[in-house]
Amino acid sequence: MEEYKKAILEYVIKEYMEDDEDEEITYDTELISGGIVDSFSMVSLKRFLENKYDIQIPDADASPEAFDSVDKIAALVDRFKQA
Amino acid sequence: MSNTPTYEEAIKGFDWARVEEELGYKPNDPINIGWYCTDRICEMGLGDKPALIWEGFKGDKRTYTFDEMRILTDTFAAWLQDLGVEPGERVCLFMDRLPELYFGVLAVLKMGCIAQPLFSAFGEDSLWTRLDNAGTSVVITQRKHVKKVRKIVDRLPGLKHVVVVDADGKPLKEREVALALHDLPPAKDFVVHPTTAESPSILHYTSGTTGQPKGAQHVHYSLISQYITAKWVLDLQPDDVYWCNADPGWVTGTSYGIIGPWANGITQAVLDSGFNADKWYDFIARNRITVWYSAPTAIRLLMKEGAELAAKHDLSSLRHLCSVGEPLNAEAVVWSEEAYGKPFHDTFWQTETGCMVITNFPGMQVKPGSMGRPFPGITAAVLDPVEFTPVKEQGQVGVIALRPDWPSLIRTYWNNEEGFQGKFKNGWFVCGDQATIDADGYFWFVGRDDDVINTGGHLVGPFEIESALLEHPAVAESAAVAKPDKVNMEVVKAFVSLKPGFEPSADLDLEIMNFIRKKLSPLAMPQEIEFVDNLPKTRSGKIIRRVLRAKEFGEPVGDISTIMND
Repeated sequence: MEEYKKAILEYVIKEYMEDDEDEEITYDTELISGGIVDSFSMVSLKRFLENKYDIQIPDADASPEAFDSVDKIAALVDRFKQA
Repeated sequence: MSNTPTYEEAIKGFDWARVEEELGYKPNDPINIGWYCTDRICEMGLGDKPALIWEGFKGDKRTYTFDEMRILTDTFAAWLQDLGVEPGERVCLFMDRLPELYFGVLAVLKMGCIAQPLFSAFGEDSLWTRLDNAGTSVVITQRKHVKKVRKIVDRLPGLKHVVVVDADGKPLKEREVALALHDLPPAKDFVVHPTTAESPSILHYTSGTTGQPKGAQHVHYSLISQYITAKWVLDLQPDDVYWCNADPGWVTGTSYGIIGPWANGITQAVLDSGFNADKWYDFIARNRITVWYSAPTAIRLLMKEGAELAAKHDLSSLRHLCSVGEPLNAEAVVWSEEAYGKPFHDTFWQTETGCMVITNFPGMQVKPGSMGRPFPGITAAVLDPVEFTPVKEQGQVGVIALRPDWPSLIRTYWNNEEGFQGKFKNGWFVCGDQATIDADGYFWFVGRDDDVINTGGHLVGPFEIESALLEHPAVAESAAVAKPDKVNMEVVKAFVSLKPGFEPSADLDLEIMNFIRKKLSPLAMPQEIEFVDNLPKTRSGKIIRRVLRAKEFGEPVGDISTIMND
């Protein structure tokens, strides 16, 4: 799980934050509510997870709540990896 | 009890002059939206009434009365004047939904400048296109977004100042200046600029099929329409707490997230947060929201979370619900009755119309899936798309058109009068949407009659996306079209042919998606990319988007043998 979290956090910082962003984000930072990732951008984040972890996340599971923090996303990945 | 007359009463003898009278406005008098939303409300004895209840996503909360808002907007305007900003200059507001955004728009209007609010999720290319076209001289932003401005500032020689509202002592760059609005001494002698009915007020950029986005130029007289439609259609009453989901970067966020409600002296609640169903319901319950103006995409996201989640919150304060942005499907209307005990009332209008033009009045029978009927004072019709005369048969599909005689129709597209004149056919302003009218005069949306993509209630132009796609090193040719989507009505789908040496792959697909998201915006990002060898083209080499779009919608392509390149 820790490995997922690290990779997802790294990706979010690289893709959704500006280069010299002065705000730090952590595993429990609110990504959707906090406006870092919006519901449209979630699609590219979902695609990243599916490509990287070779999983398929059904739309019904890709809710804004399920993507609202690195912790939650990692749990989702873990669930589909185990399935 | 509803504040609104019945539809039949409202339409009988309706005259915009009566609305002017209600607002104490006489033709040729000065009229300034900023003044009407602040000073006038204070003069009416409502200075101590809350104007804005603001909450951030971390739970921070601030409340401002109308008198505090009057002083803060005066102070903001006086500060901009001291910076050397002159009436008529374009001042862009590029930030999240901070109080400074709302006060900034009103301050800019009060000083006679043109407010240009832009959606803060825009990437640098989208931002540059709009600032360059408008010849913007000031951008007001926040630390989170100033980096995007920095990337393009060298390509904007006319941009004199970049104002950062939350610099908080952090180092700034050339042309940047910090503004701590709440720490400034209150301006005491600020004089509101005597703008008149036709003075430009707000510039909102909107997308069409061809060319880059166009700057829809509104005027201060738009207030007349925005005031009365907010009062009647949103059914705003003195004790209401009103919540508009829209961001002021889009027209709903200014017409009904700033002007309409505040000109009526109504308390607004604003939540500066992305979508989260639980938090949204908490916000409604905590602030006892009574009137909620939302959008079908948000409603469908809430539907996905289920009525059970809604039932866990005390939403009993909700009295009236409205929706805008794209057609509200019948299922959403039925579901809202189940989840909230009342239906969402759909409203139809556009950036160019400035106010709602086809509406479901409170108390009017809601026909689930219908757009409603024309607002009093608005002459709307469905026209034959060739003759541009009203269709003769009931239920016949045509284009929605309006007689151009209501106060808030835009006056031009910025630097593009020709494009604006192109919107008029046979004396009608043609909206670009197709509809039918039933026996009771209700309008029913059918679809767009052009290639513009309506995603999540926002119009995205294919040209802007295709131009950006061509900047990606792997892309040889591209076409962007709408693809149906359960939540957003439509999303962007791109068809891409690759340059020699590049092969389709999942990684390239994701790379191109992110490329567009960062350059333009998340809305413009293709949610699906199909790699193709060739794109359908006319004999003259023009890509035929409608062939691709028809495939996505499962519609017949029609006979294209005469135009298609074999």
